[in-house]
Amino acid sequence: MGLGIKERNKIAKRAAAEISNGMLVNLGIGIPSLIPNHLIHAHDVMFHAENGLVGMGSAPDKGKEDAHLCNAGGQPITIRDGASYCESTIAFGMIRRGLVDITILGALQVSEAGDLANWIVPGSRVPGMGGAMELAAKAKKVIVLMEHTDNTGMSKIVETCTLPLTAQKCVHMIITQLGVFSVTRAGLLLTDIFAASSISEIRNKTAGSFTVSDNIHILQE
Amino acid sequence: MSANTFGKICRFEDVAHLFKDHQSILYGGFGGVGTPPGLINLILETGIKHLTLIGNDTGFPDIGIGKLVTGRRAKKIIASHIGSNPNAGSLMNKGELKVEFCPQGTLAERIRAGGMGLGGILTDIGIDADIVREGKQTVKLGDELYLVEPALTGDIAIVYAEMADSYGNLIFDKTARNTNPIVAMAGKITIVEAKHIVPVGSMDPEDIIVPGAFVNHIIPSKGVDWKWAWE
Repeated sequence: MGLGIKERNKIAKRAAAEISNGMLVNLGIGIPSLIPNHLIHAHDVMFHAENGLVGMGSAPDKGKEDAHLCNAGGQPITIRDGASYCESTIAFGMIRRGLVDITILGALQVSEAGDLANWIVPGSRVPGMGGAMELAAKAKKVIVLMEHTDNTGMSKIVETCTLPLTAQKCVHMIITQLGVFSVTRAGLLLTDIFAASSISEIRNKTAGSFTVSDNIHILQE
Repeated sequence: MSANTFGKICRFEDVAHLFKDHQSILYGGFGGVGTPPGLINLILETGIKHLTLIGNDTGFPDIGIGKLVTGRRAKKIIASHIGSNPNAGSLMNKGELKVEFCPQGTLAERIRAGGMGLGGILTDIGIDADIVREGKQTVKLGDELYLVEPALTGDIAIVYAEMADSYGNLIFDKTARNTNPIVAMAGKITIVEAKHIVPVGSMDPEDIIVPGAFVNHIIPSKGVDWKWAWE
């Protein structure tokens, strides 16, 4: 299971294109954490961390880590100018009030309607929801980055989620190593495909139904 | 060390008798960052068990509250995330640890409500999630449906602060603040492990995050005795 670093970076690069200057953005762990490396034009972005920080910077140099300055995944970070610390209720107040412009997170399943399941596989994987329920329900835009299929080859894009939901009808965009979907009122719309994949490959690997955009973008890798 | 006018400054051994089996223990910290290392070790040394632990997450196996989970001191934990401590998941799957999952922001507000003397909070977070909604009352205000999430307090709250004065006024350090201020306010007894302890009057009142009125005991920290996950 798992995508190689090249594939992960290609997904992160496409996601980075959704971010613009002035935004307040929350990144999940995994592929989303690669996104800051791909922000070419957006220099004035405030990254939000659920553990109480607005204005996260890059990773520190080796040996310069501060045990009291970490992201929500427990990894050492730095801060940028304009950063502020706060306690947990305030970090989540910003989320519930809808002040987070984009949240980018991983998923176990996403349905055609944009339902998200990403916090528990009953009986086996039970990490817990962390802050995902607040982020998924309240961020202005929810982008899911994930491998297109699970480790048994099953589509993670499904007609209806079979796993417990994180939030209903919350996902706006799905980016996988094969392509990009928008969640619309009419269902999923395939808007971009990576050059190495094809619409027929995506059809074969996607359990949910989708339509293909009339002006589909081909993403060079 | 400073003049102990309020009698709050003490040693770890002075508070050991406060810890008992079956207590609920609220703990500050996020992924172990900001969890008081000396108080965790003290709890391990007292040998108490059957605890209900209430805090953001279960730390890592040998970091933060994770040491109490790994040491099988808890019968129940109320947390938002247990993924970084595989021992928590395996004890849960074996039926040896009851886990109540609570969305992170809701958990923080429930603790804050406990500290503020409120009965609970109303929120729509988790209303679509059966595991969160199960067994909870709902309230309709106008057109909106909310879950009633009860306040949380603890028999003892354990807190890590960067600096305390002898009254217990607290200042925190960077992201080690996290849940510590709300936890400090929600304990029936609040014990603070502080990196620096200073005389009253030496902190700027504008900088103080938690007023000392909430704090019962202040103990000088000896620092962490674990390696961080990234080390």
